[in-house]
Amino acid sequence: MRKLQAVGRFAVVIVLTYLGLLAVTFFIGRVMPIDPVLAIVGDRASGELVARVREEMGFNKPLWEQFSIYISKVLRGDFGTSVLSSHPVMDDILRAFPATFELATLGIIIGVGLGVPLGVWAAVRRGGVVDQIVRVVGLVGYSVPIFWLGLMGLVLFYAKLDWVAGPGRIDVVYEYTLTPVTGLLLLDAAMAGQWDAFGNVLSHLILPASLLGYFSLAYISRMTRSFMLHELGQEYIVAARAKGLSEVRIIWRHALRNAMVPLVTVISLSYAGLLEGSVLTETVFAWPGLGLYITNSLQNADMNAVLGGTIVVGSIFIGLNLLSDLLYKTLDPRTRTR
Amino acid sequence: MRFTTPVLSRRALAAALASTLVLGYGMAPALAATPKDTLVVAFAFDDIITMDPAEVFEISASEVMGNTYDRLVRLDVNDPSKLVNDIAKSWTVSADGKTFSFELKSGLKFASGNPLTAEDVAFSLQRAVLLDKSPAFILTQFGFSKTNVKDKIKATGALTLTLETDKAYAPSFVMNCLTADVGAVVDKKLVLANEVAGDLGYAWLKTHYAGSGPLKLREWRANEVVALERNDSYYGKKAPLARVLYRHIKESSTQRLLLEKGDIDMARNLAPQDLAAMASNKDIKIESAPKGTVYYISLNQKNPNLAKPEVREALKWLVDYAAIGDTLIKNIGTVDQNFLPVGLLGASTVNPYKLDVDKAKALLVKAGLPNGFKVTIDMRTIQPVQGITESFQQNAKRAGIDIEIIPGDGKQVLTKYRARTHDMYIGQWGADYWDPHSNATFVQNSDNSDDAKAKPLAWRNAWVAPELEKMADAAVVERDTNKRKKIYEDMQAEFRKTSPFIMLYQQVEVAAVRSNVAGFKLGPTFGSDYMFTASKR
Repeated sequence: MRKLQAVGRFAVVIVLTYLGLLAVTFFIGRVMPIDPVLAIVGDRASGELVARVREEMGFNKPLWEQFSIYISKVLRGDFGTSVLSSHPVMDDILRAFPATFELATLGIIIGVGLGVPLGVWAAVRRGGVVDQIVRVVGLVGYSVPIFWLGLMGLVLFYAKLDWVAGPGRIDVVYEYTLTPVTGLLLLDAAMAGQWDAFGNVLSHLILPASLLGYFSLAYISRMTRSFMLHELGQEYIVAARAKGLSEVRIIWRHALRNAMVPLVTVISLSYAGLLEGSVLTETVFAWPGLGLYITNSLQNADMNAVLGGTIVVGSIFIGLNLLSDLLYKTLDPRTRTR
Repeated sequence: MRFTTPVLSRRALAAALASTLVLGYGMAPALAATPKDTLVVAFAFDDIITMDPAEVFEISASEVMGNTYDRLVRLDVNDPSKLVNDIAKSWTVSADGKTFSFELKSGLKFASGNPLTAEDVAFSLQRAVLLDKSPAFILTQFGFSKTNVKDKIKATGALTLTLETDKAYAPSFVMNCLTADVGAVVDKKLVLANEVAGDLGYAWLKTHYAGSGPLKLREWRANEVVALERNDSYYGKKAPLARVLYRHIKESSTQRLLLEKGDIDMARNLAPQDLAAMASNKDIKIESAPKGTVYYISLNQKNPNLAKPEVREALKWLVDYAAIGDTLIKNIGTVDQNFLPVGLLGASTVNPYKLDVDKAKALLVKAGLPNGFKVTIDMRTIQPVQGITESFQQNAKRAGIDIEIIPGDGKQVLTKYRARTHDMYIGQWGADYWDPHSNATFVQNSDNSDDAKAKPLAWRNAWVAPELEKMADAAVVERDTNKRKKIYEDMQAEFRKTSPFIMLYQQVEVAAVRSNVAGFKLGPTFGSDYMFTASKR
């Protein structure tokens, strides 16, 4: 019974969150000093045409009425048509999302794979060389603009050294030979057994993913370091040492396991941030993902697309928050509801 | 507390590092050349919102239309004052100047395989009027309306059709309008097969193709790719390349990098500094063509200071045209102080203004503003517009005019301009079709009230100039080309002196291409940038 109540409460919270999200985006969109009609009729249309389209789109109706019409459409699963692409918004998002998903997932794997060990290492060797390096890496990751680092990366690894492929997701040579199935090009190429295409996709992916990985690494390593320091100062560590457990075991099995509890939230939020679309990275690397899609839509007052994108981003945050809550409970039995 | 035990196995770490490096090296692609039969173009085409020729009114989409759709006549790209037949074999104008008759070439086919007849041409023009989208006025200005268009534009035989205008316009004006994208011919059978609820195939054609041009549209993914392929059914010379792929890349520096590496064959949106940097690269050549777009600063006459004739003139003396020409628009524009871009009938190359702060100061004294005034300017944050605005701001300051720059995004700035709530605005003015009337019509502002129906540039700046209006009306029906030309020249002389428009420069379009690419053509309009003629060595 209690469980049912908890689920019900949770559902109400989600519905309210979505409604709030939609309302805020919708009204910000409407008070923005950009006329969405211009996006449809183009820059040079006559005043008459602008007025006609405004009426067709229902922009002459009161805001509340426009909002309720929109909500009822969304409830029917209709997110409208994008002005920019002339496709249903959902189709656009479904196409843009895999690009971002592929990039963000590789990014977070790099970020966690390197960030957690580095953070642990820095905490263990507090004040040592590694600690200093981790701090500098973190500082640089925080203070250098991502587009600059992206461009520098392109100049060095793509233009000078020729190690990786340039902007875009895939070379034109493969563009029309690889049939997208899942939209995750690595997976598509592997499934089709087109290993040269696979290599090409990976080669395009590695630089922007490393860049995102570096940025999440900067944050994750710093947080890991501080959570680890907290754990290493606890009495159970002293007790474990007194029992003669090996350092490796103490650090990785005991301290890190407890540090993982708050770390899971940090990681899932970083991941959500990457999935939301790293706008600048996607711009520099001409990466046709969600971030670029939403930004372009915003700049062009393509409100159906912006709202659709917002719902997806909101869902990602809600979903990952939920997931990290569940993991939290698995990792730390004390937080389980009895 | 320090630990002596290793926390990570050194060997594991070294292995991880090494594998990363090997992975990096192992993937090193051979210098990625583009396929031999494909032209890859980097182009910022985020303005495309439709691929329906009855709706296309944006720069990039216009280029796609020019390469993929046929029309009755085209501009002569080498001399835009002339026309060449496209699918029309011949055409005549009746004695009263109101009926235009066309005969089509025979054996024409659409890319779909359907034959192209006069019925398709009539349907295409009727469709544009019936749908009444942004560019429809190019046709409706000849008196075609939803109710009469089926009588006024009709096929009279399999290969003949007539077009009947409401007045006797200058024939060159009518024919020039037919070269616009809105005059593109669509495959009636294919379009109607995809009709939904009587929309004349509008929803479908937004993202599909139904033409007969030298290239056909395979796919358009907004802000990602436009893929064109050779149309083997084309009546004329077949395109040398099998494919033209446009990749949407906005950053000038990224475009340059890709071009220098050979990952693309052509870069279309390079900034002056990137162009300059590539001048010494032997593998790359630069092509350019003057375009029908001019840039200007306009002064809203609702602002009492800006409405003073002396102030209008003073501001024209506060632009450093020479410096702008030498730096900010070098290779991408030429100084032009007229509203008709060079290439259009009646264009003028008279540029009387230069930077003269003293003259401006004297004019301000005459205007009763010896200490200057404060004013704002709305500006889109892109180059070279931003640089020009800042330069103007500095020079104006020397004469005591304090300009506050209000930067904004394209659509944002435009929204304000269209509502005429600005003081000053810097923007661009492009010919909608290749005829001087396209730019001269701006002046028609018989209703200057805030809720006026028509809102041309004169309205947007609350400017009324009945004399110029009369001249524009006279020019468009003048059938003697020389007389017509003279009227436009006179209009511009008056415009330079008294208008609230500070004309700055005419755009020059530049493309940087790999030296193995030849044969493509940058034309005077965006619809006459021909990629279908390109070939590669």
